[in-house]
Amino acid sequence: MAVDEGLKIELGKQGVFVTTLQELYNWGRRSSVWPMNFGLACCAIEMIATTMARYDLARFGAEVFRPSPRQADMMIISGTVTKKMAPQVVRLYNQMAEPRYVIAMGACAISGGPFKQGYNVLKGIDRYIPVDIHIPGCPPRPEALLEAFMALQKKIDAQPLTGEGRPRHLDADAPGEFPVPAQGEHDLEPAANKNVWTVPVVIR
Amino acid sequence: MKTLEEIQAAIEAAVPGAGVEIVPNPAPSGEHSLRLKPETAVEVATFLRDDGELALDYLSNVTGVDWPDKEIAEKVKVTRAVTKTVDGVEQTAEETVEETRKRVEPGFLEVVYHLFSMARSHGPVVLRMRTGNRSDRVDLPSLTPVWRSAEFQEREIFDLYGVVFKGHPDLRRILMWDGFKDHPMRRDYVAPDDFEYEPTPHDEVLARAQAHRAAQQAAAAAQEGTGQ
Amino acid sequence: MTNPATEYAAGQGIGDARLDGRMVVDPDSGTDLLEVAMGPHHPSTHGVFRMDVALDGERITRLKPVFGYLHRNHEKLGEGHTYLASMPYTDRLDYICSLTNNWAYALAVEKLAGQEVPERAEYLRVIVGELTRVQNHALSVGFLIQDMGASGTPLMYAFREREKILDLFEALTGSRMMCNYMRFGGCRVDATSEWLDAVRKVVTGLPQFADEFEQLLCTNEILMARTQGVGVLRPELAVSAGVTGPALRAAGVNYDIRKVDRYSIYDRFKFKVPLGEHGDVYDRFMIRLLELRESIKILEQALKEIPDGPVMDPKAKIRNFRPKVGEAYGRIEAPKGELGFYLISDGGPNPYRYRVRPPSFVNLTILEDMCLGHNVADVVLILGSVDIVLGEVDR
Ligand code: SF4
Repeated sequence: MAVDEGLKIELGKQGVFVTTLQELYNWGRRSSVWPMNFGLACCAIEMIATTMARYDLARFGAEVFRPSPRQADMMIISGTVTKKMAPQVVRLYNQMAEPRYVIAMGACAISGGPFKQGYNVLKGIDRYIPVDIHIPGCPPRPEALLEAFMALQKKIDAQPLTGEGRPRHLDADAPGEFPVPAQGEHDLEPAANKNVWTVPVVIR
Repeated sequence: MKTLEEIQAAIEAAVPGAGVEIVPNPAPSGEHSLRLKPETAVEVATFLRDDGELALDYLSNVTGVDWPDKEIAEKVKVTRAVTKTVDGVEQTAEETVEETRKRVEPGFLEVVYHLFSMARSHGPVVLRMRTGNRSDRVDLPSLTPVWRSAEFQEREIFDLYGVVFKGHPDLRRILMWDGFKDHPMRRDYVAPDDFEYEPTPHDEVLARAQAHRAAQQAAAAAQEGTGQ
Repeated sequence: MTNPATEYAAGQGIGDARLDGRMVVDPDSGTDLLEVAMGPHHPSTHGVFRMDVALDGERITRLKPVFGYLHRNHEKLGEGHTYLASMPYTDRLDYICSLTNNWAYALAVEKLAGQEVPERAEYLRVIVGELTRVQNHALSVGFLIQDMGASGTPLMYAFREREKILDLFEALTGSRMMCNYMRFGGCRVDATSEWLDAVRKVVTGLPQFADEFEQLLCTNEILMARTQGVGVLRPELAVSAGVTGPALRAAGVNYDIRKVDRYSIYDRFKFKVPLGEHGDVYDRFMIRLLELRESIKILEQALKEIPDGPVMDPKAKIRNFRPKVGEAYGRIEAPKGELGFYLISDGGPNPYRYRVRPPSFVNLTILEDMCLGHNVADVVLILGSVDIVLGEVDR
């Protein structure tokens, strides 16, 4: 049940704050998204630059970089995921506690980017784990990463707690573990997780 | 620094039967190289490092190069005896014909070493070695006992090219994972096929993306069929 | 400014303040070894690097680096692209110093094809190259201190300076990090006089930054206790293992390719090559700070002398560039050591073989030797002092 915006402001002037559980819950989730301290390649340098004084990620409640996946809410895939690294990325994602979010930062994380034709380069991390926000760029500027944060916060804000479109951790049927690909003799096995990624239809 | 000819002579004097050849390099850089025989390579390398005047104490770069089998088509003039019947009489005459013959030059793997001297600030001296072929005679002596810096670089060549360095202290795959079977830097390596999603394919990727396209279109059509 | 720490690294020594951190491993202590995998996800491995460590208590008895987590097939892709198309890829090798990577590659191709570079372009190369060195050294020192536990402050100082330099790069080349600026036979665009003025302004501020940074760090007691005598690299081993760059000079070997090869126009500038004496983490750290000051000197001279003129050789061919058959090895003194490119041409538009000689990869050869007998907490420092970038290690 939503509260009328005007009424809320009026009451606020009187020192009475009215909110819904959903708003409160989402406010809590979005204001303390702690990223995992996890850099993969060139984009990681821009990610670090974003946390530094000039861009100041702290404004989004996200300056606390956690080295352990258990304490982190968000994984920024900042760089090229190689086939040697992909199992570890999936494993780290599995180790994170819900609610958890993923930002694919840069062309490489989205699709393999400039290194797409490489034999050891995974063509996009969304083949194995669900990605919330994609930011293009090579590397994306720090402003782009901030934009991604804002987009993620909007996304969290809009999530209802029940019914259709509720976050994964409130849905008992949603998968919590994602299979870790194995390193085979020639390639990763399987080459993509069919439950997460289906070949997008290309409109030509 | 000594010229390459002088170095060659010095090597021959120090390591009799070294059999070092000079490989000319036509590029403006003029970095000619010395080809070593694998049997004497370690001895020659030790000499190059320890010789007071050369003092090539610093091995900078180790490169693997793949030279696959080359098919050479060459025109050869062949003279052969032809029997002709002229005026009812059989005659044998010599005739010269041009024939295209295909010859396969066997391929090999090559390892190139770039040496410098830190003590005397000169260089580079380029050494190269060849394997017998690309399949079963791929061993070469390791120069890691002479220069430590070859350690990881030779491992990399073992990983990506499949050259087996005899005498290397720790020859394992370095860049690819241990269970990996191929040698991806070889020129005939075919990368695994994950070209199913290529929004803007071109060049060689186009052909591989198109191979997937028929199946995708069929699947899309089938889905449309069930949707209606 | 005299600073006891500076003098120490310059070889004068501060005697008893030096701590002996080396411990002796008892191979038959009989204790069980604990095997730990540090990485590939580890906050202080500077990316996706792994070390398989065997520990006896806290002490390292074996350390095997594991590479390849960022193996992006740079060399294979280089064989499939034209010479020019590989230029943006070189940006992504050592992604902190894209401009020096460009330079090394351009130098190798110019050697292969026998091209000339106009004078103004050489000056511009030196300017952007030395700016790159300044920001790399500041950053690597910042990360080293960060690994030591001084979270934030020193790194913030370094990043503040880096942002100023990146702004200059962006104004000149259009990109902060991936500059793709150099071409075979010159540079892509000319610098305006306003840009040069902006550089002058930044360069005037750099000595103050260097002072500030040194004051903040060099005499810090904790830093000295943790870095002096840790990770000692003997010069003979350094030479044999092909270590280059600040790590080599910290071991006392005078080898700077800017002085040895005198490539580009480095013979015109007056600068010193700082040398260490002990080859430990502290020396490597100090050498970077001293080199940063030398780079500022070079920058000042280059900015004074830069002539007018073209930035591209008019004879240089951009399209349809096919060098003749042959090979060449070009190398420069990149901030991390000798960065070389070895190219074999078969006369086609693509190189037949495109090899990168990465400094950080070769410098890691002696990581185990430096770490043996030290505590596991020192490993991150020793690794930090080698200054690696994984894009270059794994390519
Ligand atoms: S997107 Fe570009 S900058 Fe980012 S990791 Fe990939 S190559 Fe590096």
